[in-house]
Amino acid sequence: MVLNRKIAYVDLSKGKIVINDIPNKMRRLYLGGRGIDMYLLYNHIKPGIDALGPENTLTIGAGLLGGIPALGSGRYDISAKSPLTGAVGDSNMGGFFAAELRFAGFDHLAIRGIAEKPVYLWIHDGEIEIKDASHLWGKDTFETQTAITEDHHDDEIESMVIGIAGENLVRFANVRTGMKNSGGRTGMGCVMGSKKLKAIAARGTMDLEFAYPDELLDYCKEMNDKITGTRWVKAQQRWGSMIIYSNTNTTGLIRCRNFQYNRMEKGDVLECENMDKYSIGMSGCYACSVHCRHRYILTEGPYAPLFGEGPEYTSQGAFGTEPDCPSLETVLVANHLVNKYGIDTLEIGSIIAWAMELYEKGIIDEKMTDGLRLEWGNCDAVIEMIHKIAKREGFGNILADGILPAIEKIGKESEYYAIQVKGMSNLHSDERPTPSFALGIATSTRGSDHLRSRPALDLYGLPEDVLKEIYGGPVSSDYTSYDGKSRMVWWHELSYAVVDSLGLCKFQTTFLAVNAPRYEEWTKLIYYTTGMKFSKEELMTVGERIYTTERMFNIREGFSRKDDTLVERYFKEPTPIGFPMARNKNIDRKKFERMLNEYYALHGWSLEGEPTEQTLKKLELDREPSRML
Amino acid sequence: MTLLVDPEKCTGCRLCETVCSIKHEKVCNPTSSRIHVVKWMTSGVYIPMVCQQCDSPICQTVCPTDSIKRDNKTGALLIDYDKCVGCRICAVFCPFGGIGIDVNRGKVIKCDLCEGDPVCVKFCDPEALQYVPTTSLNLMKQRAAAEKFSELMKKLLAPT
Repeated sequence: MVLNRKIAYVDLSKGKIVINDIPNKMRRLYLGGRGIDMYLLYNHIKPGIDALGPENTLTIGAGLLGGIPALGSGRYDISAKSPLTGAVGDSNMGGFFAAELRFAGFDHLAIRGIAEKPVYLWIHDGEIEIKDASHLWGKDTFETQTAITEDHHDDEIESMVIGIAGENLVRFANVRTGMKNSGGRTGMGCVMGSKKLKAIAARGTMDLEFAYPDELLDYCKEMNDKITGTRWVKAQQRWGSMIIYSNTNTTGLIRCRNFQYNRMEKGDVLECENMDKYSIGMSGCYACSVHCRHRYILTEGPYAPLFGEGPEYTSQGAFGTEPDCPSLETVLVANHLVNKYGIDTLEIGSIIAWAMELYEKGIIDEKMTDGLRLEWGNCDAVIEMIHKIAKREGFGNILADGILPAIEKIGKESEYYAIQVKGMSNLHSDERPTPSFALGIATSTRGSDHLRSRPALDLYGLPEDVLKEIYGGPVSSDYTSYDGKSRMVWWHELSYAVVDSLGLCKFQTTFLAVNAPRYEEWTKLIYYTTGMKFSKEELMTVGERIYTTERMFNIREGFSRKDDTLVERYFKEPTPIGFPMARNKNIDRKKFERMLNEYYALHGWSLEGEPTEQTLKKLELDREPSRML
Repeated sequence: MTLLVDPEKCTGCRLCETVCSIKHEKVCNPTSSRIHVVKWMTSGVYIPMVCQQCDSPICQTVCPTDSIKRDNKTGALLIDYDKCVGCRICAVFCPFGGIGIDVNRGKVIKCDLCEGDPVCVKFCDPEALQYVPTTSLNLMKQRAAAEKFSELMKKLLAPT
């Protein structure tokens, strides 16, 4: 049965591995993937520990539905206490690793300790070995994966690896598989680097058995047809998430020159249609019908010849709009470099744009930047900064510790220009015209993050009865309104907690398509896959349990209501340009606080943002940590 | 009818492997799949490989127990498991790797065209896998090639 996949506890200091079953009760409470990861974090990480020390526990979790032929089921989470924020560290990624991990007999890994010398985990058909990785240390993410397949003479091995950014403990280093799949946010690659864990390689030939395979196959076909029938996915299949940019840059919902403009004047060159010059076709994650990433080739320029995958909307902003670089080639090269080094595209782009604004304002100068002229639109400087940060060279070393430590080093006057929440940089979205997004990034449990909620359905001006049907309460269809937006954020937070725990892809849910599969469909998929029956309400409760567990972790680390906010500029500086609805907008502090109150109430948390006793009891969290795993 | 593979359209998702193993063995396991996507990560090339249902099948020729027979309806070469002794000679000799070994069930496996309704084709959204009349196989290729010529000719003939 699919429920017989195991959990392995690996202690790298002692070289010890313990393999256990996962009780069905845990499945009912947390499903798998991010859900069980969060349970493990709350149960295995003592408050106040050093995120880079041996006590930090790194967890990897395949989703409960991982492996089914529908809805991008190959996604998984990698989690730990974040070395960037000190809060929940968690990153969800696609590719093929999770499926291979399940074929090798495992759903979850919990890794603690620090190895004496570089190692990697070799997981195959129910067994785990700790192997020497001395020969891999210093290799980039592509070379590392290739070397592992060569070591074992098996091209089918899937490895999640770190690059030199992770080795150098860049606080926002990521974890990577393939050419492009990245566990990008919150510095999980840095945690792997601190443990001297270069890679986790998996290869399996074990059957994944389903409760009702025939019914599952038919229903998966129905689900794939449903999702590929949406206009959103049809656009994704052709252009990938780059399609979003065409809307946001036209409207004025994007950050340009760090936070000075909400539209990039010369931004047309970054539009997805220009990818035709470089793209050789699309690429998909495990068993996915959406195939949203470009495979691209650069044949000219100093970095040619180059083959890469992507870029996502995030990289368009990180290396295009934020530093005001009107060059798609810069985006493509930078995207490839961050993938090679193993570093979060969003964080590095945002932190470079911040440095550029400091340079413009005269807070830093060429003496500090090692002679680099960090002027807007200086594409070469952006590329150079990526090298410097990954290698921790000169000014790069200052930025490599993340934005809050960099403020400490550069000086208090740099703080106002930092666009971050809880120590993690914001996406290149400009959320001032969209209160739902603004609340979402402020409350996200992993620091500034658009993917804990991404409440985007109000951007379409849908009839309010449609929104009410989805959200179960009144939501204004005006995206600039504050009414009902707390409900949107709350609803999406629960929804994505469930999606991440099932191992499905957010793009194949109500991400941007109202007619995409939701709770009703997920309950059927769970039943056909595992035989477990859930109601919609029960699944929502699981989502609430997972999100509240994350909240409890953060509270234990000292986070509270005061951290659920935005930087001053959101409140003080109105958007200067864009469409009329997006122009002259800043976040209204009073209305924002009102949204926050409503949001806490929906979660069953107090006005201080702490779960009430009644809520803990309802969610069966009143006896945590319970150490069932 | 022929199972047509067009690697240019393949996105490398391996959905075909997943559904093939579920359909045939009721489990998800790519090693039990009759089709396999061969991938080159660092160059982004994906090529699905599957039995070509050859006209002069080597597997059939080398089989010592005469276990491989053609289904006259679909043209698929099928394994008669009552006769098969599992010597794997067919797997050794097939030049395409069209015959696999299912280690979990201890048998050789190959594409049977799902009795004329291949499940991999049904799930392949980019249409890298198609099930087409054999007679139209080269017509489709000819049309695709001719389209390139026609674009060139339109350019040449366009008034300047």
